[in-house]
Amino acid sequence: MINDSLQSRQRVIATIITVVIVIYILRLFSIQILQSRYKEGADSNAFLKKTLFPPRGLIYDRNGVLLVYNKPAYDITLIIREIHNIDTISLCRSLDISKVEFIERIKNIKDRRKNMGYSSYTPQIFMTQLDIKDVATFQQSMYKYPGFYIQNRTLREYAYPNAAHVLGNIGEVTQRRIEKDDYYKSGDYAGRDGIEYTYEKSLRGIKGMEILLRDAKGRIKGKYDNGKSDIPASAGQNLTLTLDMKLQILAEKLMTGKVGSVVAIEPKTGEILALVSNPAFNPSILVGRQRSKNYNALLNDPTKPLMNRATQAQYSPGSAFKPLQALVCQQMDGINSNTRFACSGESSSPIKCTHSHGSPVDLEQAIEQSCNPYFWHAFRSTIEKDGYGEKNLIFRTNYDEWVDRMKSFGLGEKYTDGDLYEQSRGYIPTQKFYNKVYKAETGWRAITIRSNSIGQGEVLVTPLQLANSMAAVANNGYYITPHLHKSDTMLTKIHRVKVDQKYFPIVFDGMSRVFESGTARLSQLDSVQMCGKTGTVQNPHGKDHSLFVGFAPRENPKIAVAIVVENAGFGSTYAAPIFSLMAELYLKGKITRTELEERVTKIVTNANVKER
Amino acid sequence: MSKNVSMKYALDWTTVAYFVILVLMGWVSIYGASYNFDQSGILDWNQRAGKQFVWILTAFGIGGMLLLVDYKMYNFFAYFIYAATIALLILTIFVAPDIKGSRSWLVIGPVSFQPAELAKMATSLALARFMSSYNYKIKNWKDIIPLGMFILLPFILIILQKETGSALVFVALLLMLYREGMNGIVLLMIVLAIILFVVVIRFSMATIGVEQGTVGFIAAMLLILALQLGYAFFLARQRKETGYSLIGIAVMTIFTLIINQWYNVNFNYASIVIVILTTFYWLFNGILNRNKQIWMVAAISIGSVFFCYSSDYLFEKVLEPHQQVRIKVLLNMEDDLSGAGYNVNQSKIAIGSGGFFGKGFLNGTQTKLKYVPEQDTDFIFCTVGEEHGFWGSTLVLFIYWLLLMRILRIAERQRESFNRIYAYCVASIFFFHLMINVGMVLGIMPVIGIPLPFFSYGGSSLWGFTIMLFILLRLDASRIERLR
Repeated sequence: MINDSLQSRQRVIATIITVVIVIYILRLFSIQILQSRYKEGADSNAFLKKTLFPPRGLIYDRNGVLLVYNKPAYDITLIIREIHNIDTISLCRSLDISKVEFIERIKNIKDRRKNMGYSSYTPQIFMTQLDIKDVATFQQSMYKYPGFYIQNRTLREYAYPNAAHVLGNIGEVTQRRIEKDDYYKSGDYAGRDGIEYTYEKSLRGIKGMEILLRDAKGRIKGKYDNGKSDIPASAGQNLTLTLDMKLQILAEKLMTGKVGSVVAIEPKTGEILALVSNPAFNPSILVGRQRSKNYNALLNDPTKPLMNRATQAQYSPGSAFKPLQALVCQQMDGINSNTRFACSGESSSPIKCTHSHGSPVDLEQAIEQSCNPYFWHAFRSTIEKDGYGEKNLIFRTNYDEWVDRMKSFGLGEKYTDGDLYEQSRGYIPTQKFYNKVYKAETGWRAITIRSNSIGQGEVLVTPLQLANSMAAVANNGYYITPHLHKSDTMLTKIHRVKVDQKYFPIVFDGMSRVFESGTARLSQLDSVQMCGKTGTVQNPHGKDHSLFVGFAPRENPKIAVAIVVENAGFGSTYAAPIFSLMAELYLKGKITRTELEERVTKIVTNANVKER
Repeated sequence: MSKNVSMKYALDWTTVAYFVILVLMGWVSIYGASYNFDQSGILDWNQRAGKQFVWILTAFGIGGMLLLVDYKMYNFFAYFIYAATIALLILTIFVAPDIKGSRSWLVIGPVSFQPAELAKMATSLALARFMSSYNYKIKNWKDIIPLGMFILLPFILIILQKETGSALVFVALLLMLYREGMNGIVLLMIVLAIILFVVVIRFSMATIGVEQGTVGFIAAMLLILALQLGYAFFLARQRKETGYSLIGIAVMTIFTLIINQWYNVNFNYASIVIVILTTFYWLFNGILNRNKQIWMVAAISIGSVFFCYSSDYLFEKVLEPHQQVRIKVLLNMEDDLSGAGYNVNQSKIAIGSGGFFGKGFLNGTQTKLKYVPEQDTDFIFCTVGEEHGFWGSTLVLFIYWLLLMRILRIAERQRESFNRIYAYCVASIFFFHLMINVGMVLGIMPVIGIPLPFFSYGGSSLWGFTIMLFILLRLDASRIERLR
């Protein structure tokens, strides 16, 4: 050996190497044998947790007619890492897509900005909501396309092409909804709009989970723990609606070619029997692969078929407001059943009368003949009954009272205790509003807001509110929040109207005379005494809106209805017959006046409304 | 012919056996790591294991060829090889395409090659030649400068290729320099620097008072004081002075705290002042007692203060953001399970799930289902840990230990310092790769992407390590030729 004083340093170096390796072995011992948390981490990786989707609850009408059910559908998923050597052209052909589309889809899947949870090792959704027909050819040749899988799912199927606005639809959950509710995962489906949205939580059921074991080759080795830890999916609850599908179908049929809405309520229960908004669409077009295409077409349709006019459109009630006006004015001692006011027809001031009738008229005749001057005088003598005082102070408290009693009919606010999605508020103008519009010095008085007396002016209502106010009238002073889900809990939501019961009979009289000798005499129905009021509402969009409100029969009313036909003309010509036919079907069970039905159906007021 | 016969006796077959075992274990692990669900076999050329098989065969060929070369050639051509490699490294910077941010791969047709892998061998040869030259002395400044140049040149060129990991490997050569006479203090200083850096950075977020200093910095200063006191008490045996110094430090600390009652003291600066004052005390004392070593202690103290003071700056300005994150993750300062922490966390899960016996060959779920990234290159050790458990991974580490010990033994039996120096270079570099790579996989070293010798997938690294080892074997075999 060579004599080297530094030779002993080899031991230092050997020691360093040995120490490091011993430390590493100790570390291995600690990770692999002492600590268990790394094993748990590995378990979660080797498990494959598969979500089991519950079938969604079915939807029935009030008579137990099935409206909405489920049909199987299929998603095609892929695991990028497993794809190799596939014949893209034949794949595209079997899925009926173009190669460009194929490349685009793959690109979108890989784009982490669009697909945040992307991983090349986990299944990614390639195509969704395919029909059994669409996947049949693909399934046969699936062995040729490693990495592609078929996943089951259910889709909504509709028994009728009607009631789209009531039912709503199902769509992929938005990112916001996922953040708000941790039940959802990206790619899940949830109710959008309508009943599907309001009752989402009970309809959707509870997702289950299946825990599968994977081996190192990614093959499913069977269930973990013999399926003991699996959670079965529990199906969504079925839902019975208050809708009467026959009535709904009739109403939709009668609205063909027209823009507007029909709302029918059972007064005793507040149950909505029909809720129509036209133009509408067939709910089944918003299901499946064509959904987004169809949805965009609906979105861009100038007649706005997606809008639910029955709850969202706001109209001046016009003469349909007069029964309510009659009730509130009586309650506030502005008028009584014997009060008469003169009418000079066309030359009346400040509001002219559009109907020709005798003068002076009492309340009953005024309702029957829809006398505008009468209601102007009644309105003025109600809110100015104590004069209008210094700076209109006395008058203003009276006006507040009028607003309060009017709102007690369910006007001017959304129904927050009901189950209708997307309502508009409507509007009963407040004192504050007019104080702002009219300067304090000049002030404002009945004459300033005279249009409100006949339901023109600033008063706005939705068809739903209008129908509900009729239900309140029909009930002699109360209503139950209008709702769509048939359940007893809903019946407890009683709202009293701030008008005493004794003021109602004369309004009933007036409204039934509307059919006997008044504006709706042509829509009379034999053997059933009906109450109603037509409305012909001026509006800035063209021809007058044709309105009708009413209930039937007069004794123990079974149905209260509000009808709006936009830009049609006289209320008596368009809206009143629709009411009459609906009442006949609902009360008698069938329509005998098929000729009238035919005629009304054929009326087209807006040529842009598409046939379904 | 006679040469070949002699080689049969002269060759260190033990080392060759370790080499073959490691290469084959690596190959099997790569097969396990890159195993696909639909893989046909271990020899499928389209798969990494199949390619690695080709690299292994060629590596055997290269090894055999290197044994046939006259041993004198390595010494003779050392500088030439070094110069050629440096030229190749420079060329690479300009012509290499950008692959994952690194410009270190030369692409020639279907084959890509990393010249940095050759640089280790070339530098080792050049250093061996230079340091074994007749009038070389390690204590001689005139010799230290070119020595440093030999190491720094490839180091800088590889840094320029954005391969920081491969460049750091040259730090390993300090171990060889230590064996060849470098003062051991240098190694200790490196250890001290790492400790101080870790302490300062790890606790840099823990502040005292309102911006009055950080726990990390003050702890580092206390460490320096403790070193001074420890040296004085145990090595210089100045018991009395140690006591005085302790009292002085205590007085100064109390004084600082009292001032702090009225005026907000920056404790970082106060601790610096205390360390500098004690350092001067020890210097003064050392001069009185004619203790020359005290200069060294003083220099280390002042240097450490300066190092600590600038380590924040070093950390934030010199290191790249991703390197900062890696260090923070290692020091448990950040939990970054989706980014830098992900690899390490997944690799720990994979290894941990192996247990004692492992899940069995090709049965590792973690590595198979690709939870561990880079599992056939830098994280190859995971596969061993998962599929063969504690038993298998300890065996692998043991074989590495045997190999390293064998190389040290070979080194020490050389008569020529050229051979010995080269052998130590090889041992240092292998050891550094092993320490960093396995340490990284086990989560006790920062993530530095360097391969595990003979194990990791890749032709360049396998060839590089094989060439280094077989040149050593050839040099070693010359013992017997010379005896004749």
